[in-house]
Amino acid sequence: MPVIPVERKPLTLAERTYLPQIVHGLKTTFRHLVAPNVTLEYPEQRPEIPGGYRGVPTLVRDPNGREKCVSCQLCEFVCPPKAIRITPGEIAPDSPQAHVERAPQAFDIDMLRCIYCGLCQEVCPEEAIWLQTQYSMTGYTREEMVNHKDRLYELGGTLPDAHHKWDKKKAAENAAAHGGHH
Amino acid sequence: MDVSLYFNLPAWLRVTLQGVAVIVVLFPLAAACSMAERKISAWIQGRPGPNRTIPPFLAWIPVVAPLLQKLGLFQLAADGGKFVFKEDPIPGHVNKVYFVLAPILAMIPALTTIAVVPFGAYLDSAGRTVPLVLANVDVGILAVFAVASLSVYSVILAGWASNSKYPFLGGVRASAQLISYELSMTLSVLPVFLWVNAPGGPGTLSLFDAVQSQSQPGFWGGMWYGVLMPVSAFIFLVALFAETNRQPFDMPESEADLVGGFHTEYGAFKWSLFFVAEYCHMIVGSGVFVLLFLGGWNPLPWVSLETLAGWLHLAGSPVLTGVLATLLFLGKVVAFIFFFMWVRWTLPRFRYDQVMKLGWQKLLPLSIANLIVYAIVIALIERA
Repeated sequence: MPVIPVERKPLTLAERTYLPQIVHGLKTTFRHLVAPNVTLEYPEQRPEIPGGYRGVPTLVRDPNGREKCVSCQLCEFVCPPKAIRITPGEIAPDSPQAHVERAPQAFDIDMLRCIYCGLCQEVCPEEAIWLQTQYSMTGYTREEMVNHKDRLYELGGTLPDAHHKWDKKKAAENAAAHGGHH
Repeated sequence: MDVSLYFNLPAWLRVTLQGVAVIVVLFPLAAACSMAERKISAWIQGRPGPNRTIPPFLAWIPVVAPLLQKLGLFQLAADGGKFVFKEDPIPGHVNKVYFVLAPILAMIPALTTIAVVPFGAYLDSAGRTVPLVLANVDVGILAVFAVASLSVYSVILAGWASNSKYPFLGGVRASAQLISYELSMTLSVLPVFLWVNAPGGPGTLSLFDAVQSQSQPGFWGGMWYGVLMPVSAFIFLVALFAETNRQPFDMPESEADLVGGFHTEYGAFKWSLFFVAEYCHMIVGSGVFVLLFLGGWNPLPWVSLETLAGWLHLAGSPVLTGVLATLLFLGKVVAFIFFFMWVRWTLPRFRYDQVMKLGWQKLLPLSIANLIVYAIVIALIERA
């Protein structure tokens, strides 16, 4: 093994008295003493959450206020800790959701199991499940820590939709019915 | 202001009242230092420090209560209350008598030294400066050294009585460290008293006379000894840090390598007594440094208390000059305590062998050389 001898300079007299270094250190700490605090006073001041943050998984509605989830259960199957439990349900033909075939009757995410990996968001073909900026989950019981469907929509809100997939499909169907190409 | 009523009281009652008054100021001041320490450490580390505690029945007061809350004063009261009321268990393996005795023994020298330290002065109606001190004895500095060095016994006793490894090591380190630095400290103040005791005058070791000799007219007479004898002041300062077990010399505690040092086995009220005793030592030590090297209650070099009182037209009033002098002195002491804390949160601890090397191989020869040089210089000046 090659050895590189490093020449050590002997300390000067000033260095051996420690004093210049101590004065320098005192200057540094005094600068910090008068500088503003770097901490946040947490419950009153909240940190700014950066984009792409993986917080609590939530369900979102589309810009028309309809629920996006079609209950395909891909997220349930992909979820590594098996935190998601979906009960699929039928949709009545006169419902505003009738553009899709199914919707979740119940959608539970057990936040005691969730590992915030984001695979559910990645796998969702409808972009219905999003890990948003909510980072603080508390509860006194295990039951409280399970987010049910209504809670998931409350946390999720509505996100802007880039695709308007179902609107486009409906427009295409209408066009076909009126003698279009399809 | 009529003070004759007070002076008509019997002497023992007056002395008792004065002593109680001084302790009533010193003890909370030492406790307040613990909060100041926490706040200053927090500010240096970029945090706000303790700023939450407030009793609900005081929260309605508009400006004062939030300010005190931000400064952590209620936290201090809560901590004090906790220390008094929480359970104070005595471990089964300790030597009970000495274990209980040690914190008491820590408090006694801490509160005793203040007796001979003047904390102010007033100008009586004849224009003479009279010290505000519990006992203005001629052996002043000697009494401070003698009593203050007793405090090491409490540390040794605590370490020994705890009957376990880490406190024992802390106690041993404390004894070695305090003995090492006591020598340099004593030698460093000798030039001051060589200079104070001019030939022909009565010999004195009184701290009041040391201040008086810094408040004389003229360029040399009004100069503070910190300027006149910087090496003495420096050695005294370093030794003071070591004697009060402050960073970078807190060998007895060394929480990183000795758990908690000599007070590892202590808790609750007994632990807080050690804590308050340390701060009392700091306050008294700072006071002695201010008296010897920073001109005591003189506001500035070459501006003595008499001059300032003359400018403010207070010369005829003993009470007002007394208050002014005490405030000046306390201000300097508080600034000095801030310096203690500032250093603590700047420097890491010396290794034990470095402490010993610094004490015996650096400071002691330096203080002896300093003494010899000043002795020769003073002899030449006095002869001329």
